[in-house]
Amino acid sequence: MSDINERISNIVGNNDVVLFMKGTPLFPQCGFSSRAVAILDHCGVAYEGVDVLQDMDIRQGIKGYSDWPTIPQLYVKGEFVGGSDIMMEMFEAGELQQMLSEKQVAKADS
Amino acid sequence: MPMAAEDIVSMIETALPGATVEMRDLAGDNDHWAAKVTAPQFAGLSRVQQHKLVYEALGGRMGGELHALQLTTQAPT
Repeated sequence: MSDINERISNIVGNNDVVLFMKGTPLFPQCGFSSRAVAILDHCGVAYEGVDVLQDMDIRQGIKGYSDWPTIPQLYVKGEFVGGSDIMMEMFEAGELQQMLSEKQVAKADS
Repeated sequence: MPMAAEDIVSMIETALPGATVEMRDLAGDNDHWAAKVTAPQFAGLSRVQQHKLVYEALGGRMGGELHALQLTTQAPT
């Protein structure tokens, strides 16, 4: 278990924006992951997509790591932001764009 | 085995007294739900913390039996 936490910690630490998801950004394999991808793409942010369907250890491990039961999960600069519902709420309120901009991971004009 | 809407509502209301829960059947199949939860316990909490309270109320079913529950949370205004 600590091995997987360390692996996840490295992924989260080495990428400014990480989306743990089902499928890939090009081919999301579930509606929630697809929605998360659409939001990030719309925000014009570069991100790393981690396909949990390709890695059972991460698929289970990420739930404990974040204390969050569902996938997708978004991390920005090492901080857990939430799942697709929270991303959508934040996006609609303009908060996600603002947060990405404040953390200097988004295009200034997006 | 999908959960009935009334069971979802009752678990949330039991864990969060004073909460109101609006359920919407997204696909007409009793399996894909959207829930809007308004609860006094959410006041002052971040969205992540608010959603975690609901997940706790659902006792580990989120992500399992409840693979398709779309969640919106807010404190009463």
